[in-house]
Amino acid sequence: MTTVLEMKNISIEFPGVKALNDVSFSTTTGSIHALIGANGAGKSTLMKVLSGAYHHYTGEIYIDGKQVSIRSPKDAQNLGIQIVYQEVDTALIPYLTVGENIMLNETVNDMSKKQFISWKHIHEKATAILESIHVNISSKTLVSELTLAEKQMVIIARSLVKQCKFLILDEPTAPLSHSETNELFRIVRDLKVRNVGIIFISHRLPELFEICDDITVMKNGEFVCKEKIAETSQNRVVEYMLGEKLEEQFPKDQVEIGSTVLEVKGLYDTGMIKNFDMHAGAGEIVGIAGLVGAGKSELCKALFGAAKVTAGEIKIHGKKVKIKDPSQAVKQGLAFVPEERRKEGILVQESVAANLTAASLGKFSKVLSFLDFRKEKEVSSQMISSLGIKTPSQETRVQNLSGGNQQKVAIGKWLIADAEVYIFDEPTKGVDVGAKKDIFELISQLAKRGKSIIYASCEFSEILGITDRVYVVYDGQVAKELDTNTTNEEELLFYSTGGK
Amino acid sequence: MSSTNPEVQQKMPSKKGFELFDFLYKYGTIITILALIVIFSITNPAFMDGTNIVNILRSISIVTIIAVGITISLSVDGFDLSVGSTVSLTNAVVISMFVWFSQNIFVALLAAIGAALVVGAFNSFMIVKVRIPDMLMTLATMFIIQGIALTYTKGATVSQNMVMPDGTFSTGSIPEVFSKIGQVPWIIIIMIVVVLIVHIFLNYTKHGRYMYVIGGNKEAARLSGIPVNKYKITAYLMSATFAAIGGIVLASRVMTAEINSGAPYLMDAVAAAFIGSSVLGAGKPNAFGTFVGAVLIGILQNGLVMMSVPYYAMDIVKGTVLALALALTYYKKK
Repeated sequence: MTTVLEMKNISIEFPGVKALNDVSFSTTTGSIHALIGANGAGKSTLMKVLSGAYHHYTGEIYIDGKQVSIRSPKDAQNLGIQIVYQEVDTALIPYLTVGENIMLNETVNDMSKKQFISWKHIHEKATAILESIHVNISSKTLVSELTLAEKQMVIIARSLVKQCKFLILDEPTAPLSHSETNELFRIVRDLKVRNVGIIFISHRLPELFEICDDITVMKNGEFVCKEKIAETSQNRVVEYMLGEKLEEQFPKDQVEIGSTVLEVKGLYDTGMIKNFDMHAGAGEIVGIAGLVGAGKSELCKALFGAAKVTAGEIKIHGKKVKIKDPSQAVKQGLAFVPEERRKEGILVQESVAANLTAASLGKFSKVLSFLDFRKEKEVSSQMISSLGIKTPSQETRVQNLSGGNQQKVAIGKWLIADAEVYIFDEPTKGVDVGAKKDIFELISQLAKRGKSIIYASCEFSEILGITDRVYVVYDGQVAKELDTNTTNEEELLFYSTGGK
Repeated sequence: MSSTNPEVQQKMPSKKGFELFDFLYKYGTIITILALIVIFSITNPAFMDGTNIVNILRSISIVTIIAVGITISLSVDGFDLSVGSTVSLTNAVVISMFVWFSQNIFVALLAAIGAALVVGAFNSFMIVKVRIPDMLMTLATMFIIQGIALTYTKGATVSQNMVMPDGTFSTGSIPEVFSKIGQVPWIIIIMIVVVLIVHIFLNYTKHGRYMYVIGGNKEAARLSGIPVNKYKITAYLMSATFAAIGGIVLASRVMTAEINSGAPYLMDAVAAAFIGSSVLGAGKPNAFGTFVGAVLIGILQNGLVMMSVPYYAMDIVKGTVLALALALTYYKKK
């Protein structure tokens, strides 16, 4: 008996953005349905609507032709729709056993008047569920002792406690190794046989073509098309994902590229980055292109000494350097604008001036390390006007600025520090269009002054617009080195989804 | 810059109720101090006597010195709970150097500060390298050091002419100069100098700024190239040093080393540092605020004693004041 799920004309708005615009989606039980789109296409949002995470959307949802109302996670679960989010750790309680975690919902919701927990019942039922999907984990193990892949399986097992008609997997394979992925696929195929409908979100095209029956492509919050996997090809899907090209204005000047400044050979970190080679010349903007989770941030952090490097060598101006922590990186002339601005880039409680000088206070101190407040004021007000940071004064706390202006502060900090190599990790994330252009201009000017720039982004249009040369990253490795002038978005997407 | 920018302006809080809270947050402590002074002066005219004011300042000086140390640990988002025990230890060390070993004043002071630095180094190693949360680690250290101080003195009060375990009397004496440290005016001068030095250090030097940056956002500080661990270590060494100074001043004031002599100062010092965070809207631990917090506690204690509130009820008042100060800090953080 096949159940049909239909979502019709779903729209949802968040302050300032229309995340979904009139999207329709349908699938059935007993099939695996791929959902794909570039970053920001709205895949996760659509699935969150389906799983009841949002209540303020418009549109209708039908199951077997009957309209249903899903406005809370509980509504969705009662209809047999379960979701496994990408961040497995947020969904599990590490110091409880596997069994307790699997049976968590029952313990919380279905105990009613019962006060005592039946351990026997919990472990028996949890073990039965684990066995039913042929997962060999003892129900009495602590979740904190599991690997990431095993945790994921525990969550999948948990969603099977109640009736499960549709199971949404949000990028389940992103953190998994090859063999772990195969194990996951075995379970997914198992579930398909058991007449569960799987909705599979992933960036990795080869995977989707290996396991899915149908594919729905989304772009910019809109539905693009739905096709049978058997009747389409990877290239065609890539074309759908891109649609017509967005022409953006990038203020890129031609800069003579000088001698090599940064050279990286065989870099490994503690897990993600594998055998990474790259180099960057003076005045060159080198792109690191890749999808979310490909290892771009990890690479940036490893270069900057913010993550542990287990092997490989880094040379600056041909001289081998040892970068054990960020403070050594700064001394070697590196600068890093991290992706997680609020968490890693700025000091929200401090003033704009204190933020701008945080990386180079040495320049603002006199004898005995006393601060030169006049100089700090002078330089920071100069930086505020040259970057066009919109702030009432340099004493304003950074938390009161908009995202774009916060980012300018995070970048301005390193302009004052005056580095040789600038590493940008998704600098335009959460930044409005105007500020975006300012940031591009800034980067371009830095290149003009002979600085080396490393620009990591999952926005391929930006990579194409601003860089000279691109390394496409897939699974922590260089998948391909490309010359920006002779490549296109299609090629970038092809390599960053694991194409060979 | 364009101060008319709507984007910026709309984010500025402008509601009336909020402003009242802001006002209380900034000036609450100072208003409370003034109100207490008025109330105590009315109920007891002797309260505003010059001698009583000196009295209050003298009584808060040790608390203030210790609290300033805690303030430094708070500035890097740490929390040194072991300072009370460090005070006991240094008190015992300095007095025993005189009484047991007949050492001169320099050796005695160096030995006390050295002992405190060992405590600070132990704290910072366990916190920075072993990564134990600050408060838990220093809580453990508090017990360890308390035990070491007790073991060192064999559970006895160290004083001049004390009976030694072998039945003889101790022969050492405490020099006259040393006793000056704990007397007016020196005790008050030392306090003021300590507050000034740390105030200048935290607000006017590169290192102080780094500490606040670390306290505000450790990850951002690290990624700005600030050697976070180095500064955390420094902070704990400094807080231990100030605890040592507190212990030395205490030793000079009572001229003996009683068992657990530093323990009662811990909670007062913690209270002063937390009350101090909100003084004049600083919103972060600072030396001047800590001094004001200590003044508030000192006035409360002095005034209540004058109003014949029994000493054993004093902790109720002090604990309540600390709770109010914490309420102010954390309610604001929301």
